[in-house]
Amino acid sequence: MNTIAETTIEADPKVPVIRMSRDFNATPEQLFRAHTDPELFAQWVGPSGMQTRVVEWDARTGGSWRYVSTRDGQEFGFRGCFHEVRPDRIVQTFTWEGQPDGVALGTLWFEDLGNGRTRLRTQSLSDSFEDRDAWLASGMKVGVDEGYAKLEEMIAHGNV
Amino acid sequence: MTSTALSRIFAALADPTRRDMVARLSAGDATVNQLAEPYQLTLQAIYKHLKVLEDAGVVSRPPGPQPRPVRLEAEVFDLMDKWIERYRRQAEERYRRLDAVLARMNDEAGNGSPEQKGSAA
Repeated sequence: MNTIAETTIEADPKVPVIRMSRDFNATPEQLFRAHTDPELFAQWVGPSGMQTRVVEWDARTGGSWRYVSTRDGQEFGFRGCFHEVRPDRIVQTFTWEGQPDGVALGTLWFEDLGNGRTRLRTQSLSDSFEDRDAWLASGMKVGVDEGYAKLEEMIAHGNV
Repeated sequence: MTSTALSRIFAALADPTRRDMVARLSAGDATVNQLAEPYQLTLQAIYKHLKVLEDAGVVSRPPGPQPRPVRLEAEVFDLMDKWIERYRRQAEERYRRLDAVLARMNDEAGNGSPEQKGSAA
């Protein structure tokens, strides 16, 4: 039960969309809570090497959210609206405050696989290919390689 | 790669016709006439699109006998693949942290009364 396939990704060539899928050893309710409870959310959203502070959080249909990620005194603010929040699906907008004209529309699906497993599917629609590709490339700038450190830390503390 | 070079690539690939041309070139080199075939565009318009792609370094037209074929710069597409793979890895790292959070939630649900051992509270 412990082996989980890694995240799959698809960057659609026809529409500026990024789709991802990942299975979890958890129920849909737990996965939903980890996405809607601000304390739980801040623990995993990352990126690694950054501290996330949830400033505003109303995870209900029509609510809004804002969080700030900090690294070396540098702050990155993100905000958006919860368009629809329900147990099997969350639809929300997503904006990096450094580029307020770019608004991505995110949809998350929680699919019950039975036996305490759930598939998370996500789709992020940007308003242009330029924006979508900039999101994709942003992984390079944030510095991904330090990534596993945080996970190892959690393993060391018996949290995994 | 500088961020100006990156934005030039983004801008070049932002147009649906140019994306389509690039997708077709990934199957192999083509002459300008072959490239123009499926579109309701004048050759001038096609050359304009090609110029944007060339300036961004996405395609090149190596010198040689006419008609010179248009060639995709593999390096740019390796770069694209790299972006996607890094983005995926970043998501995977995020989801591993989420695994840990979920495992903790499971523990808490499993133990009706969470252990207070070592807690100062």
